[in-house]
Amino acid sequence: MSKIRQAFKNKKKCFIPFITGGDPNLEVSKELILAMAAAGADIIEIGIPFSDPVAEGEVIQRGNVRALNAGTTTDKLFDMLAEVRNVTQVPLVFLTYVNPIFIYGTERFMEKCRQLEIDGVIVPDLPYEEKNELLSNCRKYDVDLISLIAPTSDDRIQMIAREAMGYIYVVSSLGVTGIRSNITTDIGAIVKRIREVTDTPVAVGFGIATLEQAEKMAGLSDGAIVGSAIVKIVEQYGKDAAGPVKKYVEEMVAAVRKA
Amino acid sequence: MTKGRYGRHGGQYIPETLMNAVLELERAYDYYKNEPQFMEELQALYREYANRPSLLYFAEKMTRDLGGAKIYLKREDLNHTGSHKINNVLGQVLLAKKMGKKRVIAETGAGQHGVATATAAALMDMECVVYMGKEDTERQALNVFRMELLGAKVVPVETGTMTLKDAVNEALRSWTANVNDTYYVLGSVMGPHPYPEIVRDFQRVIGKEVKEQMLAKEGRLPDIVMACVGGGSNAMGLFYDFISETDVQLIGVEAAGRGIETEETAATINRGSLGIFHGMKSYFMQDKYGQIAPVYSISAGLDYPGIGPEHAHLYDTGRASYVAITDTEAVRAFSYLSETEGIIPAIESAHALAYAMKVAPEMSKEKIIVVNLSGRGDKDVAAIARYMGVDLHE
Repeated sequence: MSKIRQAFKNKKKCFIPFITGGDPNLEVSKELILAMAAAGADIIEIGIPFSDPVAEGEVIQRGNVRALNAGTTTDKLFDMLAEVRNVTQVPLVFLTYVNPIFIYGTERFMEKCRQLEIDGVIVPDLPYEEKNELLSNCRKYDVDLISLIAPTSDDRIQMIAREAMGYIYVVSSLGVTGIRSNITTDIGAIVKRIREVTDTPVAVGFGIATLEQAEKMAGLSDGAIVGSAIVKIVEQYGKDAAGPVKKYVEEMVAAVRKA
Repeated sequence: MTKGRYGRHGGQYIPETLMNAVLELERAYDYYKNEPQFMEELQALYREYANRPSLLYFAEKMTRDLGGAKIYLKREDLNHTGSHKINNVLGQVLLAKKMGKKRVIAETGAGQHGVATATAAALMDMECVVYMGKEDTERQALNVFRMELLGAKVVPVETGTMTLKDAVNEALRSWTANVNDTYYVLGSVMGPHPYPEIVRDFQRVIGKEVKEQMLAKEGRLPDIVMACVGGGSNAMGLFYDFISETDVQLIGVEAAGRGIETEETAATINRGSLGIFHGMKSYFMQDKYGQIAPVYSISAGLDYPGIGPEHAHLYDTGRASYVAITDTEAVRAFSYLSETEGIIPAIESAHALAYAMKVAPEMSKEKIIVVNLSGRGDKDVAAIARYMGVDLHE
């Protein structure tokens, strides 16, 4: 069983925090990953910063800019994660756009992921129709290519879910990432259609910031993914962010476990 | 291989949230492009509203002065709104209307596509929002006001390099948020399938007319057709009906900016590499980690780090060639055409003219070059004055 599936076993509700790798610099990112792991995060998503993150809202866009301005590259990020792996075995997943992987060399990238035990990649600009761009190398190096399902997916939900790997990332709302006061999509209905065809775990992301939202979304699925709310803390506290992020993640983990 | 491929280029690399919208567009377009009534309505708009067919003008003075090949100008600058952009926009906004959409969004660089979209939206009673890089809103302030006069809302984009690339990013983000009621009018032969095909089909009228007009005037096809290339819509529109005419040379002219050997350039074919961005696999200006590089050209319309996938394929197969012209050469051509023929070209189109000025003197007098004059230069007058150090006291 993969480390990702392990995290969800016995119907455990997972909390999955996200940070942009290298925001505000790689040293702080390392501290943040260790702090989030210590706080009980079940899986950690790490964004590879990209010049043009079209699926991201303003908060994470700014995180990408900070990381790139600090000189973060894919190679330096890999080096930092090698150090992280000396300390924790928490499941790690990359979130990145397809171009940084393609340009790094898909095979070289996935091989590196395997070495560092990065268990999955989420690629927001790689829909079902184009997944063969990465799939053979994901399989070869046993890296889950994590699928996204959106509020607009409708008749595509089961097609995507049937072939999903790792966990399914259900996008809670239309638009880009960012904190929302209200999530109006019928998540329960989407999860039900997924469940009809697969037992792959389902986590909900986009817009979740509060304990109540996290508990509710985890209640409707197998877990909650939170990005912008954490990147916002990083933005506010900069190099001192590890403490506040740890506290936030501890509370969110507790909220999700209640679900 | 997936849909919408041109050799290894093209595809549909977009967020899942947009997939059903793109598939809906694909179905709608496949239906309407074969529907006689839709095509008749579009032809009527071209004829009665946009001033088509556009003239194919023999630039006699320019030809005589350069002393070589005969130069013809395809006068897309005489279209309503002043550029070739209207061809695509009338088609897409009519399509949006047939699809029952009430709202259109668009990105714009120089502002020509934004103005054309705002125009078509006014005509067809659609709400219209145009995303434009903040730097471009300053370079092309008049076009911003034109769009507002036409009832559109212009959103200045302050992320990244604040130019066309960032306007596309923001339009994509906005489309993701409003996908249920909004149609995205993409302005060039780029983006995810089916856009490169739709935009090329609606721009194809340029080459089709050139072919007929050339046969009527000269009794034969030209030796070279050339056009400037940013995303590549006016060039693809000119080239398409000539692709099968293998005796006709196809030349795309990229913006070299301050020179293709510098970092301040937008010559994607000449300097870029294969990548995946803005929904397509094609050539892009990027660094070794796949970060999209900032590009530069005096021309806001050519200031884009990628090129449409069909151009990338024409380059791969060798069917078309792609050259580059610097700011300085383009500005010289801008002045030259104004003084020689009494036609002020768009600074984008001046790139194609500059290349014609280079090759025409080397060719014999029996040869014929067609240059696509993709737009008029009124919008550029202030920027060119600044470039020349002239204070206009606007």
